[in-house]
Amino acid sequence: MNKLNAKIPDGPLADKWTNHKAKLRLINPANRRKLDVIVVGTGLSGSSAASTLGELGYNVKVFCYQDSPRRAHSVAAQGGINAAKNYKNDNDSVYRLFYDMLKGGDFRAREANVYRAAEVSNLVIDHYTALGVPFARDYGGLIENRSFGGVQVSRTFYAKGQTGQQCLIGAYSALSRQISKGTVTMYPRREMMDLVVIDGKARGIIVRNLVTGEIERHSAHAVVLATGGYGTIYYLSTLALNSNGSAAWRAYKRGALFANPSFVQIHPTSIPVLNEHQSKLTLMSESLRNDGRVWVPKMKGDTRKPNDIPEDERDYYLERRYPAFGNLVPRDVASRAAKERCDAGYGVGPTGLSVYLDFRDAIQKKGRKSIEENYGNLFEMYEKITGESPYEVPMRIYPAGHYTMGGLWVDYNLMTTIPGLYAIGESNFSDHGANRLGASSLMQTSGDGYFILPYTIADYLADDIKTPKIPTNTPEFDTAEREVKDRIERLMSINGTETATNFHKRLGKIMWDYCGMVRNEEGLKKALILLDELNEEFWHNLKVPDSSNELNQELEKANRVADFIELGKLLVYDALNRRESCGAHFREESQTENGEAKRDDANYSYVAAWEFAGDGKEPILHKEELKFEYVKLQERSYK
Amino acid sequence: MKVKLKIWRQKDARSKGKFEEYELDNVAPDMSFLEMLDSLNQRLIKEGKSPVAFEYDCREGICGSCGMYINGRPHGNDHKTTTCELRMRKFKDGDTITVEPWRAAAFPVVKDLVVDRSAFDKIIQAGGYVSVNAGAAHDANAIPVPKHNADVAFDMASCIGCGACVAACKNASAMLFVAAKVTHLAQFPQGRIEAPERAKRMVAKMDELGFGSCTNTRACEAECPKGITISAIAKLNREFIFNKHNDS
Repeated sequence: MNKLNAKIPDGPLADKWTNHKAKLRLINPANRRKLDVIVVGTGLSGSSAASTLGELGYNVKVFCYQDSPRRAHSVAAQGGINAAKNYKNDNDSVYRLFYDMLKGGDFRAREANVYRAAEVSNLVIDHYTALGVPFARDYGGLIENRSFGGVQVSRTFYAKGQTGQQCLIGAYSALSRQISKGTVTMYPRREMMDLVVIDGKARGIIVRNLVTGEIERHSAHAVVLATGGYGTIYYLSTLALNSNGSAAWRAYKRGALFANPSFVQIHPTSIPVLNEHQSKLTLMSESLRNDGRVWVPKMKGDTRKPNDIPEDERDYYLERRYPAFGNLVPRDVASRAAKERCDAGYGVGPTGLSVYLDFRDAIQKKGRKSIEENYGNLFEMYEKITGESPYEVPMRIYPAGHYTMGGLWVDYNLMTTIPGLYAIGESNFSDHGANRLGASSLMQTSGDGYFILPYTIADYLADDIKTPKIPTNTPEFDTAEREVKDRIERLMSINGTETATNFHKRLGKIMWDYCGMVRNEEGLKKALILLDELNEEFWHNLKVPDSSNELNQELEKANRVADFIELGKLLVYDALNRRESCGAHFREESQTENGEAKRDDANYSYVAAWEFAGDGKEPILHKEELKFEYVKLQERSYK
Repeated sequence: MKVKLKIWRQKDARSKGKFEEYELDNVAPDMSFLEMLDSLNQRLIKEGKSPVAFEYDCREGICGSCGMYINGRPHGNDHKTTTCELRMRKFKDGDTITVEPWRAAAFPVVKDLVVDRSAFDKIIQAGGYVSVNAGAAHDANAIPVPKHNADVAFDMASCIGCGACVAACKNASAMLFVAAKVTHLAQFPQGRIEAPERAKRMVAKMDELGFGSCTNTRACEAECPKGITISAIAKLNREFIFNKHNDS
C-alpha cells in the first residue's frame, strides 16, 4: 500500500520549490470566488492562510474556539522568528538556516521541506514588517537580530520578549481586513468536533458553538487544519490551557495519518512548579540564554542562597559539557542536562527540581538598562509569578512540555493522506524533525500560511472549479453530526465523581513520567496499561456539570481530555517503536558513554506515520524513508 | 489562607444575575487568582453545583482572554497585571473579594464573568490594518524607521484587547484601545498613508457600537495591564482633527 507519497519534486535542492511552483496549476480569479475553503485555527498559520486565501479571492470560513482570533496561542511566543536575511553579515544563508534546522532536528525531517521553509523565511519578515510588526531596530533605523540556541549566527528577528504577540497582531490585522471585505467569514467560539469526508475527500467539519451548545455543519471544497500542537497532553505545559489535540485526533480517526507523535519538545527554561494547584508552566524565553548563565552548586544539597555561593563553587554545567555552544545548546540537550543535574541531587529550590539561570555577569558587563531593553517584560513576568527579581537573584528554571514536532503527516504540498485536508503550522509534522530550533516555529508556521499553502491548495482546487457548493444535508454530514451528539450525550450522562481536570492531571503525570524527557521500554509498556485503566475510569467516573446546550467549559475540557487519553497511547506506541534516541526522543537504551543521544540511522531513518485501525486496536505503522542527498548524516555534536 | 468570595452569577445574557457568596480555605499565596477560582470550581462541581464561568487561555498575561473586576478594579489592585498574573499573595488572610464581569453596554454578559468583546474585533475590521497583501512587500530593511518610532509602535501594539480600559472608564469608552492601534500603525511610513482615514473609520465604528466618549479621566491608563498611556489618545485626536480639516 502506497499511503505515503511525499511528492518531493525532482531537481537540485535549491530549485525544487521554484520548479514545483511553476508546475502547480492556477485558478482564475472568477473561479476562485466559487470555491470555499475552511480554515480551523487562527494562530499564525491559520490567520496567515485565511487572510492570504481571502486576498486571492477564495471564499474562506475561519473557526477558532477563543472569543477572538487575536488570542490564539502563537500570541505567547516570546523570543523571535528566524530568517536567512544575513543582515548581520555573519555569512548566513538559506543553506545555513536549512542545515541548522535539519541538524537541530537530528536528521529526522525531510530535506526538501526544511529547505523550502528556510527559502520563504525572508518573505515572511518582509511581510510582517509591511504589516507594521515593530521588530527591534537599532539607532540607524535598521532591524536588529539576535542569536538563538543551536546556531552560530544571529538571524533571529524579535520584538522584545513578545515576538509572537506582535506577529499575531499583524496577522490578525490582515485577517480583519479580509473579514471587512467579506472574503473571509469569521466563526469565533466554535470548536471543531469532527471532520466530514465525502467520497474520500475532506468536505466539511462539524463544530460546536461554545456559547449555545448548538452543533453546526459547515462544508467547503477543502479543509485546512491550523490547530497547533498537543503539548497540553502533559497537563502542565507552557501552552495555553485550552490548546488541544482534538481536531488533529478527529482527522486521524477519519483516516489522516499521524506522524512521529512522540516527538515532543521539552523546553529547558520554564518557571518551575510552585504548588499543587498550578495550572500552567510559564516559559522564560530561550533568548535569555544569550545573556544568562545556567548553573547549579558544585556541592550536593547546597542550601545557601545563590548569591552566597562563590564563583568557584558553581558548576556552569552547560559551558563545562558543551564548550562550543555553551549556554546556547539546543533545547533538548539543555533540558536533559538540567534533568541529569537535578536527578543527581544538585538541583536547587524547595523541591530540588530547578537550576539557576543567572544574569549577574551580563548585568555587570552590559548594564542593567541593556538587559531591561532586551528582556524587560520577561523579568517582570518572572517577578510577578515568583515574587523574586531576576535583576537581584538568579532565576530558577526547569524543563516543561512545550512544542510538538509530531503532527499530521503531510506531503510536500502540505496535504494529509485525506485528499483536500491540509495541515499547516504546528499541527503538521514536516519541518522540525525530532527537535525544533528556537525561533523556527513562527518562521515555519507563517511560511506555510502566507507563501506555501496558498499555492499548493490551488493545484488541488483546480479540479473542483465545476463542483458546486458542497451540500450539508448528505448522509456523511448526518452520520458525523449524530456521532458528535452521541458522544456529548455519553460524556454528560456518566455522572460519576471525578472532574475532567483531575483526569487530565493524572494523564499528564503518566505521560511526563513515562513518555517525557527520558523514555524506556519498561516504562512505556507500563504507560500503555495505565492509559487503558485511565480511559476505562474516565468513561465510568467522569462528572460534567450543567447541560450541553449552554456555555459549558467542563464539557469542553471533558471532550478534549477524552481525545488526549487516546492520543497519549499513540505517543507511547510511537516511542516504543523507535528504539533509538534522536532529538527530543531519548531512549535510555540508546545513549553514548557520555550520556548523549545515540541515533540509529541504519534502522530508524524514517518518518513513522500511524494509521487508525479502529478503537481498541493497535495503530498500523507506515514508514516514509528519509533520503538525504545534500547533507551528510553525522552525530549531532555541540561540544 | 482563607478568603470570602462574592461572585456575580448570571446564567446567560437574558437571565437576571446576582451575587453569590463562597468561602474558600487552603488558598496558597503562590496561586494565581484564576487558580484560586479553579479550586473553587472543582469544589462546586463535586458538590453538584454549577462552576463559575470565566475566560482564560494563556495564563501568562498575553492572550487577553481573562478580565474581571476584582474589588471594583479591572484585573485587581496590582499595577500592570492581568487577572491571570495576579497572585493570591497580594491578598490578606480573611479578605472578602468581590468579583464581577466587565460592565459596558458594548460588552454584554454571556455567562457569569464571561462577556462578549466582539465589538473590539469590529473596530479593528473598520480600519486597524495596513492594506498590504502577502507577497507585495519590499525588503524589510528598505525603509529605515527611527528607533523611537519602532519603540512607540511596540508599546502601542502590546495592547492585548482585554477590555480593561473600557471597564475602567465611567463612559465605557474604547478610546485607549482605538488610539493604541491608530498610533501603532502611524509610526511606519507605509502605515501613515491610511492614517487619517483609519482614525475616522475606527472612531465612527466605536461610536456606532455603543462605546462612550472620552472625557480624559485617565482611568484607562491607570488600569491598562500593558501600561499603554493616554499620549495615544492625544495622537489619535491629532489624526482625527487633521482628517476633519482635510474633509472640509
